Amino acid sequence: MDADKHFVVGVFNDEDVLLDGIRKVRSGGVKIQEVYSPFPVHGIDDALGYKKSRLPIAAFLFGMTGTGLALLMQFWMLGYDWPMIIGGKNFASLPPFIPVTFELTVLLAALGMVGTFLIVSDMKPYKWPRQFDIRSTQDMHVMAIDLAANAGKSKEELKRLLNESGAVEVNEKSFE
Amino acid sequence: MQVTSVVRDPLVTGGKTIKDVSHDISRHVENKPTKLWWMAMAVSIALLLWGGYCVGVLLWEGVGVWGLNKTVGWAWDITNFVWWVGIGHAGTLISAILLLFRQRWRMSINRAAEAMTIFAVICAATFPLAHMGRLWLGFYWALPLPNTFGSLWVNFNSPLLWDVFAISTYFTVSLVFWYIGLIPDFAVIRDRAVAQGNKIRAAVYNALSFGWQGGAKTWMRYESVALILAGLSTPLVLSVHTIVSMDFATSVIPGWHTTIFPPYFVAGAIFSGFAMVLTLLLITRKVFKLEDYITIYHIELMNIIIIVTGSIVGIAYITELFISWYSQVEYEGYAFYNRVVGPYAWAYWSMMTCNVISPQLFWFKKIRTSLVATFVLSIIVNIGMWFERFVIIVTSLHRDYIPSSWTMFYPTWYDVGEYVFTFGFFFTAFLLFAKFFPVINMAEVKSIIKSTSEKQ
Repeated sequence: MDADKHFVVGVFNDEDVLLDGIRKVRSGGVKIQEVYSPFPVHGIDDALGYKKSRLPIAAFLFGMTGTGLALLMQFWMLGYDWPMIIGGKNFASLPPFIPVTFELTVLLAALGMVGTFLIVSDMKPYKWPRQFDIRSTQDMHVMAIDLAANAGKSKEELKRLLNESGAVEVNEKSFE
Repeated sequence: MQVTSVVRDPLVTGGKTIKDVSHDISRHVENKPTKLWWMAMAVSIALLLWGGYCVGVLLWEGVGVWGLNKTVGWAWDITNFVWWVGIGHAGTLISAILLLFRQRWRMSINRAAEAMTIFAVICAATFPLAHMGRLWLGFYWALPLPNTFGSLWVNFNSPLLWDVFAISTYFTVSLVFWYIGLIPDFAVIRDRAVAQGNKIRAAVYNALSFGWQGGAKTWMRYESVALILAGLSTPLVLSVHTIVSMDFATSVIPGWHTTIFPPYFVAGAIFSGFAMVLTLLLITRKVFKLEDYITIYHIELMNIIIIVTGSIVGIAYITELFISWYSQVEYEGYAFYNRVVGPYAWAYWSMMTCNVISPQLFWFKKIRTSLVATFVLSIIVNIGMWFERFVIIVTSLHRDYIPSSWTMFYPTWYDVGEYVFTFGFFFTAFLLFAKFFPVINMAEVKSIIKSTSEKQ
């Protein structure tokens, strides 16, 4: 059996049942591939044992890059490359440079973080996702269990476990 | 299974289920546009075409076709610029600041409000661009690009340059925030198209949704992205109108040179923005039959924000008058005396009536829960806010330090034409958005259905 191709799919219609179901399935020693939901379910990351996202760190680093580049640009342009006398003020001083520095900090933090998000989540316009059940974007929560990753369990065992965990429907799905 | 709070009004009425949400919102994208939509589109495009002609003449002939003169060098262009930027602010306030405050009533109105923000900022940007005269050279004047003057860089001490950075950052971040919110909803439409067997629509909306799948891990990252974008947008939106107000406040023109401007402008921006959101949403909810999602409760809450910000604006007007007397500066005093009783007194008193007096009517529950009254007052507020900018700009300029140069400002058809052009663009863009994009954030509304939907 090829890895990542044959799945047992449980369909849930309520987020609270789903959360209990996830805990039950995982305590049965089954590895869940992923759970697909139409909306973010509160507490699902804990139930699935996911670690906190590190995107905030990426955003902070991008933001700091923006701050640094903005200050460097302004001090270099007006302080070093071509100093200009404007209203008898200093060639380069920090206070009037704050607005542009702030804006570039925000700009780089936002774009950098969103770019990182798209890359780590492998999202791109020309990609067609692997759909276990198209109702997962409508009104159902869909739990996919990879058969190859749970070699110790039989298909029937997994199906029974999903039924016991509150799935309203249990299907099989294979991809080429 | 539905749990209803006993203390709060339901946010979604009519006993909707999660499935109904997908259906009610997506069907407008899937069905052919209605006759009403085509009629509205025809009017918008007519405005756009006539306005486009005026903009064409403006670019061909130069800024001289406007009614500006030596004394009044800024008039309708900057008035319209500030007006449109201000309108945009409500979208960010709803989507970012209310997200940080965990206000769930924002969820059914944030999508349309953010779309309004983006289109309003584009409209705003056309005015400074047109005022540059030679649009095609604008890049060299506004951005720090190497140039043939050796390189003579842009002036980072100037609030006008801060504006360039503030507005372009604001536009970009708002666009990204809006689009990130749209991604899961595009996937909803894609999967409905798959079920309906419409291959073309499925492919288009899949591309728009970046192949969204909605896995728990992606949702987790997605929520963290949304929260940080909200955190970034909040100071950003405050900075944008602060910087816009500094275009005036850092000058030495009486009536402009005041420290009250940043908070006063930000409050005014939110005030006018909410009025525009109400104008648009009252029409959208009617045309698309979204009464169960955008309820009277939502409208009432927005009207309460209008009372708060309208009162802040009112206090700012009175403070300005008081300070101009209290400062005992002759020029400052005259600038305000001239505003109140001078040749532009009609504009001043229109502003006072529309912005300070009329929103106070919302203290009556009957008025703030009435659709007709809200619609009328939302338009009055926007007229008032336009006059506010006109009063600040033109009355301070038209009688300057030298009485021999005193004059009046008279707009030409080209001034009017460019304003009409932005209206044409704004409504065309909004109508296209309402037709092809989901107008309500389905994913967010679905997440609150269980706790805040009305029990049948």
